[in-house]
Amino acid sequence: MSGYTSDPRIRWTEWLPWLAAIAFFFAMPEYLSLGARVLIYILFALSLDLILGYAGIITLGHSAFFGLGAYTAGILGAKYGITDPFLQVIAAAAMAALLGIATGAVILRTKALTLLMLTLAITSILLEIANKATALTGGADGLSGVKTDPILGLFRFDIFGKTAFIYCLLVLFLGWLLVRRLIYSPYGAMLTGIRENTARMHAVGAPVYWRLVLVYTLSATLAGVAGALLTQVNQFVGLNVLGLEPSGDILVMLILGGVGRLYGAFVGPVIYLIAQDYLAKQYPEYWYFGIGLLLIVVVLFARGGILGIVDKIGAPWLQALSRHRSSAKASAR
Amino acid sequence: MPDALRLSGLRAGYGETVILEDVALALPERGSLAVLGRNGVGKTTLLATIMGHTTFHAGSIQANGRVIQQLPVYERNRLGIGYVPQGRDIFPSLSVEENLTVAARAGKRWTLERVYDLFPRLAERRHHRGNQISGGEQQMLAIGRALMGNPALLLMDEPLEGLAPIIVEALLKSLQRLMAEDQLAVILVEQHAKLALQVTEQALVMSRGRIIHHGPSRDLLADPERLGRLVVAQ
Repeated sequence: MSGYTSDPRIRWTEWLPWLAAIAFFFAMPEYLSLGARVLIYILFALSLDLILGYAGIITLGHSAFFGLGAYTAGILGAKYGITDPFLQVIAAAAMAALLGIATGAVILRTKALTLLMLTLAITSILLEIANKATALTGGADGLSGVKTDPILGLFRFDIFGKTAFIYCLLVLFLGWLLVRRLIYSPYGAMLTGIRENTARMHAVGAPVYWRLVLVYTLSATLAGVAGALLTQVNQFVGLNVLGLEPSGDILVMLILGGVGRLYGAFVGPVIYLIAQDYLAKQYPEYWYFGIGLLLIVVVLFARGGILGIVDKIGAPWLQALSRHRSSAKASAR
Repeated sequence: MPDALRLSGLRAGYGETVILEDVALALPERGSLAVLGRNGVGKTTLLATIMGHTTFHAGSIQANGRVIQQLPVYERNRLGIGYVPQGRDIFPSLSVEENLTVAARAGKRWTLERVYDLFPRLAERRHHRGNQISGGEQQMLAIGRALMGNPALLLMDEPLEGLAPIIVEALLKSLQRLMAEDQLAVILVEQHAKLALQVTEQALVMSRGRIIHHGPSRDLLADPERLGRLVVAQ
C-alpha cells in the first residue's frame, strides 16, 4: 500500500474479486440469493469505508441512509406503483443524498463522541418514524408487496436469485469504479490528510468542513443505493434496516475486512455473512457468539483486519518477488 | 504596493489566555524577517496567529492590504500565506508526491517540477511514504508543500530544528535560492540566531509576547554582544 494517487492503474489482483464472483455464479447456483445479499452489503461497506476509513468520520448511524434508500424503493414499489427498477434506485439515491447533505451539514461541525451520538440519534429517529408511520411503511410488520419490473423489461427477478445476483454485481461494479476513482485522486489523498491532521489540511488551503459534507453525502448516496437493492431483491422492507443494529453490523463487517482499504469492504461482508449463514444453521440461538469471537480475535491480533493479516504474511513474498524482478532487470541490462 | 504583512496592536493567545501583546510590524513584499527570542516568548504563537490557529483578541492583521484576522485558516492560505509548522507535520501515510499534490493550487507559479528542482532529494523519494523519509527530507517536504499553494508570504517555524549540520547547510542554500528567485516574503522563526540573521534582511527579537527589538539583521549580526543581551534578556 504505497498511496492513493501514486499509481491509479488497476492492478491484476484487483480483478480477482470480480472473477471470483463470476465463478461463484456458475459454481454455486443454489447460493445466489445469499450471494446477492453479500454483494449488497459490500456496496454498503464500501460507502462506510469512504467516510470512516478514508475521511475518518466515525459513525453509528450509517443505516439511516441504507434504510431510507430501502424504504424509498419499497414505498414507491408498493404504494405508488413506480415499479421501474432504475427509477426506484435513483429515487432512493436522491433521498439518501438529501438526508446526507442535510444531516451532514449539521453534525459534521462536531467531532468524536458528540458526532457518534448524533449519527446514532438520526438513525434512531428514522427507525421510530418507520415504526409509527404504519400507513406508509407497514410499521413493525414491514412493508410487503413491493413490486419491481423486470430489468430493462427483459430480466425478471427469479426465485433462484440469478437476475438479482448479476444486477447487484453490476451496480456494485459501478459503485466500486466510482469509489476507486475518488480514492486514487487528489481528493482521496486530501481525505486521508483530513483524517491524519485536520489542522494541517486547513493550513494548506482545504475548506475541511465542506469537503467532509461532500464525502458524507456521496457515501450516503451509495448506502441509499445499497438499501434500494436490498428491497428489490427481497421484495420486502422491514424495520431491521434502520437503527443501531444494522449500523453496528456493517461496522463489524468493515472492521473484520480491514478499515481504510478498498478491499476490506469486500472481504468483511463475505466472511461475516457466510459465517452468519453457517452459524445460524448450526447454532440458531448462539450464532452471534461466533461473530463476536471472530471480532475479538481480529481486534486483538489483527488490527488491520483480515486483509492486514494477508499483508503481513504476503509482504516477505512480495519483497522477494520484486527483488527477483529487479535483479533480473539488472542482469538484462 | 501594499505590504506583504502588516500587524498593528495585535493581541492574541489561546482562549482567554493572552500570549501576544501589542505586536506591530510591517513586512514589505519580498521582504525577509527573522524572529528571535528564547523559548516560550511567543514566536510560534505569532506565526500561528497570522495563520489563524489561535484566538484573536484585538488589533489588526493585513496581508497584501486585505484585513484577514476574521478569515478561516483555509482562506488565509488561499490569499497567499504558506505555513511550515514546527515539527513538520507530514501526512504519514501519503507519499511524498501526494503530500505535495494535496496542497496544489491550479495554474500558478509552483508546480511539482519546480519543487523537485528546488529539492532534488524529494524527486528521488517521490513514491516513499511521509513516514519513510528522513527528518531533513520531511522538512524539505513541508516547505515544498507550503510552496505548492503559491504563497506570497511564507511562515517558517524552526525549519532547522533537529537537523544534522550538513542538512542545515543544504536547506539554507535552497532557502536562499528560493528567496532570491521567487517573489515571496519570508518570516523565519529560528533558534539558530546567527544562521537566521545571515539569510534575512530584518530581524526582531521577542520577549514575553512583545517585540523588544526591530532592526536590520546585519546590525545584530555585527554586534554579537548586543544580540546575546537581547535574546537572553527577559
